[in-house]
Amino acid sequence: MCTTCGCGKGEVKIEGQEHGDWHRHEDGTAHSHPHTHEGDHAHDPGGEHLHIHRHEDGTVHSHPHTHEGDHAHDHGHAHGHEHLHYGLGPAGAHAPGLSQERMVRIEQDILGKNNEYASANRRTFAERGIFAVNLVSSPGSGKTALLCRTIEALKGRASVSVIEGDQQTAHDADRIRATGARAVQINTGKGCHLDAHMVGHALERLAPPDDSVLMIENVGNLVCPSSFDLGEAHKVVILAVTEGEDKPLKYPDMFAAADVMLLNKTDLLPYLGFNVPLCIEYARRINPGIRVILTSSITGEGFGEWLDWIAAGAKAASGRRTETVDALRRRIAELESQLSALSGRS
Amino acid sequence: MHEMSLAESVVQIIEDYARREGFARVKTVWLEIGSLSGVENEAMRFCFDAASRSSPAEGARLEIVELPGTAWCMKCSESVALGSRQDPCPRCGSYQLQVTGGTEMRVKELEVD
Repeated sequence: MCTTCGCGKGEVKIEGQEHGDWHRHEDGTAHSHPHTHEGDHAHDPGGEHLHIHRHEDGTVHSHPHTHEGDHAHDHGHAHGHEHLHYGLGPAGAHAPGLSQERMVRIEQDILGKNNEYASANRRTFAERGIFAVNLVSSPGSGKTALLCRTIEALKGRASVSVIEGDQQTAHDADRIRATGARAVQINTGKGCHLDAHMVGHALERLAPPDDSVLMIENVGNLVCPSSFDLGEAHKVVILAVTEGEDKPLKYPDMFAAADVMLLNKTDLLPYLGFNVPLCIEYARRINPGIRVILTSSITGEGFGEWLDWIAAGAKAASGRRTETVDALRRRIAELESQLSALSGRS
Repeated sequence: MHEMSLAESVVQIIEDYARREGFARVKTVWLEIGSLSGVENEAMRFCFDAASRSSPAEGARLEIVELPGTAWCMKCSESVALGSRQDPCPRCGSYQLQVTGGTEMRVKELEVD
C-alpha cells in the first residue's frame, strides 16, 4: 500500500517480501512507518508560535509566545487559572458561554508526503549522479520489450538498473534480469501506481552504482501514475500505434506530465489505419514541449535518438555530481589551508 | 482520480495535526482543489465522508474551494484562464499553453473544537 493510496493495505511486496509499513486499525485510525517524516509546520523554536493547553476541566486555551534559545517546550506551565485568555477566538473576543472554536491553518499539500519522499529520492539521484526515468503507459504498450532492447543497446555505453512495478508477478523483473541488468520488482497488490516511498525502499535494495541510468517501469496505467512524483528526472510516456491517435486528448494529465513520448510498435503501421501526424498534433496540443520519437523494439527504429537522449541525460546527471564533488574538494582544500595558517600562528 | 486515497490523506493530515495541536474534533475542513487537478468534487465529498469515520474529522463539514485553471499563452505572452487541459487559449485560440495554476490539492484550514 502506498503513502497516499488506501488500496492494497499491507499487500505491497518488494522482491516478494511484504512491505508492511502502513496499516489501518479497526477503529479507522491509520498508522504509518516510523521513519515517516512529518511536515515542518510544528515548531519554529525561536519564532512566535501558538501553544495549546488543555486543562483538567477540559477548557483549552492558547497563547502565542517565543522560546529563547533551545526548544524547551515542556516548561512546566504553572500559570494556573489566573492566566486565562479570552481574546483568541475567531472574533478576537470572548462571548460568554460559547466554546472557543479555533482555526488551525494547515496549508498542506494532500500529496505532500509523497512529494517529500520524492524529493529525498531526487537528492539521492543527484548525489550519486543517477539519471532516473519514469516509464509510463497503458498495459500492453511494449514498455518491457523496449526496455530490454534499450538495455542491450546500452551495454558498454551505460550501466542500467531497473525498478519494475506491477500488481502481481515478477515476470517483468525476470525478463530484465535475463538481459544481465539488475532489477527489483515491486508488487503493488491492489495498488494502481508506484509511489515515492515504494521507490525509495526499492532503491535501498537495488543500490544502483554511481553515474548510472535507472529505469523505473511504472504499473501499466495511463491515469494514476501522472500524479505521483517518484523523484525522477523525466516521465517518458509510451504509446503504441495500436492504441488510437486521440489517447493524448483522452488522457491529458499523463501526456502533460511527460517530457518524451515514444510512439511505439511502428513496425505494425502497415496493418493499421493509425494517423501518425494527427497523434503528434494531439500530443503537442496537450504538451507543446513534448519530444516525440517513433520507435519499434522489433526493427530498432528510433533507437538511435532514444539512446542519445538517455546518454545525454546520464552525462548531465554525472556531470552535476562531478561538479558537486569538485566543489566540495575545493572547499576542503580552502578549509585545510585556513587551518594550517591558523595552526601555524598558534 | 484517486478521490478515496486523497480523502484518506486528508484524514491523515488532520489526525497528525490533532495529535500535535491537541484538538479532538473538527467542525469544518477547507480544501483547495484546482479545477485542472482531475478531482471530482462530489466523489471527494463521498470519499471524505467514508474516510473520516472514527477520526477527529468525522461529521466535519467539507468546504471545497475551487481554484481556477490558469496558463501562460506563449503566443499572447499573457496569462489566461483555462477551463480544461484540452482548451485552447481563450484569446487567440493557440494550444501553445503552459499550465500555471489549477492543479493544486491542498488542505487549507480547519475549524476545530
